[in-house]
Amino acid sequence: MEYKNILTTCIYCGCGCGLYLETLDGHITGVWPAKTHPINQGKLCIKGWNAADFVYHPDRLKTPLIRKNGELVEATWDEALSLIAERMGAIKAESGPNSLAFLSSAKCTNEENYLVQKFARAVIGTNNVDHCARL
Amino acid sequence: MIEEIRKVVAERLEELDGVVVLRKSSEGVAPHLFRKGDDLSELEIVPRYPLMTVVSKLHKAFPDIRLGVVARGCDERAFVEMAKRNQIDPERLSIIGFACTAEEAQECYCDEPYPQHLVVGTPPPPGPPNPLVAKCDALPLDERRAFWKHQFLKCLKCYGCRNICPECFCEACAMEDAAWVEPGLLAPPFPVFHLIRAMHMASRCVACRQCELTCPAHIPLTVLYDLMRRDMETLLGYVPGADMAAPPPLSVTLDETPLLVGTSHLE
Repeated sequence: MEYKNILTTCIYCGCGCGLYLETLDGHITGVWPAKTHPINQGKLCIKGWNAADFVYHPDRLKTPLIRKNGELVEATWDEALSLIAERMGAIKAESGPNSLAFLSSAKCTNEENYLVQKFARAVIGTNNVDHCARL
Repeated sequence: MIEEIRKVVAERLEELDGVVVLRKSSEGVAPHLFRKGDDLSELEIVPRYPLMTVVSKLHKAFPDIRLGVVARGCDERAFVEMAKRNQIDPERLSIIGFACTAEEAQECYCDEPYPQHLVVGTPPPPGPPNPLVAKCDALPLDERRAFWKHQFLKCLKCYGCRNICPECFCEACAMEDAAWVEPGLLAPPFPVFHLIRAMHMASRCVACRQCELTCPAHIPLTVLYDLMRRDMETLLGYVPGADMAAPPPLSVTLDETPLLVGTSHLE
């Protein structure tokens, strides 16, 4: 019988609300808003309240998928990253850097988002950078 | 106060499987299950979380455990209504009650800021009645309607009021039923969305104020529920949380035969 509340940050937008993942014997059983968190002070929106629902969802993606002959097939990360590098290089050489765009995410950390835009601007050479949190 | 609570918890842990209360760490304060031998200097009683919900989850998951819980007046009242509806097994729960401070009673407009099983502290004077209730009462019907329309328009439909409520434990919720609440609409349909919950809280709301505290839109929900509680008391003589032996009036038939409450979803 191990009951734990683990503090984490809501993954759904840039606000950064604090929430606890409630676990029973290592299995997530719910979400509690963090009342002592300076950002949300015990409040959450509907996304935060349901922030753990995807964890055990059967449709959750667990590996990269590569479309082969019109069908999405499970792949390894090495395989996926090699394909991305190869195609990105080819498209840039063929049509120029502005034929590429980079979509980042509020689910990433600040540092990861910094790296994405840096990669877009410094490595590829485009300002086509956007993200999912412009709700 | 808190030192006394720690002492009582340490004593009770000698015979119980665990005690539910808050724990303070460098990350903040959250509900916690203390076991025998744990560091009780981390035990905390502020802010308020609906600890009876935690007890209920643990009782359901582990049918043999005997727990303790550190409870305020509102926690104990929540326990009474949950036990009546088979959400907590009273035979397996030991309540370590403590009194709220006078400031807390004032802040919550609480008329009973201490539990019946008072173990630590002395009862403070009750808080004053919520002035918004009298203000609402004095409004003519059309202005009262406009007041609530304004309040409910702010609703983000986060379902936080329902999620944090210790008395909201139905497996199928009418507030998620498309027949009552059309999905995808913001603000939710007026006034049905909030009144569904108000009606369902009629013999359950124990005035713990968790809903209002967690509402990101600052809707004065306790005004609505205070009025509902007042109607229950004046019309049906029922005060939720006050008496374990009193059957909830909405769970008895007209000839006062108790219905099997809370068991409909249990196999």
